[in-house]
Amino acid sequence: MEPFRLAASDLACRRGDRLLFARLSLSLENGEALQVAGANGIGKSSLMRILAGLARPFEGTVERSGMIGLLDERPALDNDQPLGKALSFWTRLDGEAPPMTQLGLAGLEDVPVRYLSTGQRKRAALARLIGQQASIWLLDEPLNGLDVDAVKLCEELVRRHCDAGGIAVIASHQPFNLKHMHTLSLAEFAL
Amino acid sequence: MVASLLKRDLARFLPGTASGGTMLPLLFFLAVAMLYPFAIGPNPTLLAATGGGVIWVAALLAAILPLDRLLASDMHEGFFDQWALRGISEEVVVAVRLLAHWLSFGPFIMLAALPASALVGIDGETLRIVELGLLAGTPGLAAIGIIIAAITVGLRSGGAALSGLLVIPLAVPLLIFGAGALSTGGDGGLALTAAISLLLVAIAPFAGGAAIRAAREG
Repeated sequence: MEPFRLAASDLACRRGDRLLFARLSLSLENGEALQVAGANGIGKSSLMRILAGLARPFEGTVERSGMIGLLDERPALDNDQPLGKALSFWTRLDGEAPPMTQLGLAGLEDVPVRYLSTGQRKRAALARLIGQQASIWLLDEPLNGLDVDAVKLCEELVRRHCDAGGIAVIASHQPFNLKHMHTLSLAEFAL
Repeated sequence: MVASLLKRDLARFLPGTASGGTMLPLLFFLAVAMLYPFAIGPNPTLLAATGGGVIWVAALLAAILPLDRLLASDMHEGFFDQWALRGISEEVVVAVRLLAHWLSFGPFIMLAALPASALVGIDGETLRIVELGLLAGTPGLAAIGIIIAAITVGLRSGGAALSGLLVIPLAVPLLIFGAGALSTGGDGGLALTAAISLLLVAIAPFAGGAAIRAAREG
């Protein structure tokens, strides 16, 4: 198994004039999962974007070895395309077709993405994430809009990802059931 | 990868493809050419003398119309984030987008210039210079458009009008040499138009890529 790693040291995040959090450090190795908990507006999404390398931290460094997969509130699927075509754009880039049946998306391939419900969009975004085969999953509020079955499915997918040696960071204000998961309460680093 | 990106871009921007509104710049171009004789009056000499310039102005205005759809929706829907995570640089995306943007309006404007030339009543020789000028100038117009679209990509509202306003002064050199070739009749103007276009096309991916990164990290 390849060694994957996601480590951050002494992170600080500034939004406008406000420091959201500071002196935050974390380190994750193969198979580890971390839930980032905290109230709305405390900086969970900002932390995820910093970990992904999409935003620059105000202070501190992030070290990544392994491909990053990001799931947030935007599915990155073309609204006016049918779901099958929208996903196949990513399949062509990533090389792996997502498991449509397992995600409850079978039969929706011909439905334009804009007609999908919130939960179905989230499932489609999960499909894109699985197809990417990234080793480090950053999930920003993955359970938003999902029904009970889909929540279980999402937890199961993350468990399998970690069992296969992947790393997962889950930012959520909802409980996320996963054995051996670390928890990081962002409020402890807030200023 | 480039092929996948180009295929998606063309499916979104080519006139008459899935998303609505792709025909609008062309119709707008023809509408301007059609309105012009009504406004000026049926004076053949006047129309023939000014018609080529009007086609140029119409082409410039038509190039502005698709700007708000060019990059902003991909930014808001998270496409640029996903590409960045896959190691696909913004420069590559912008270069492909520039090609798709030009393909979806340049050749079509040149085609539409044929009926437009009949509407404004210009002769064959003038039409030839207009067509050559458009061939030399539309890549530059597309490049200016994509740079401005990248710079205004982070604006939530008013981006469309502002980008149109920003394109116009930058397009003045293209217009001066491209449309100016009509009055001088020489190839010098066309060559200068092509030179400006090439320069803009070369700059666009880097300027656009930097602007998109700045918008994302800001």
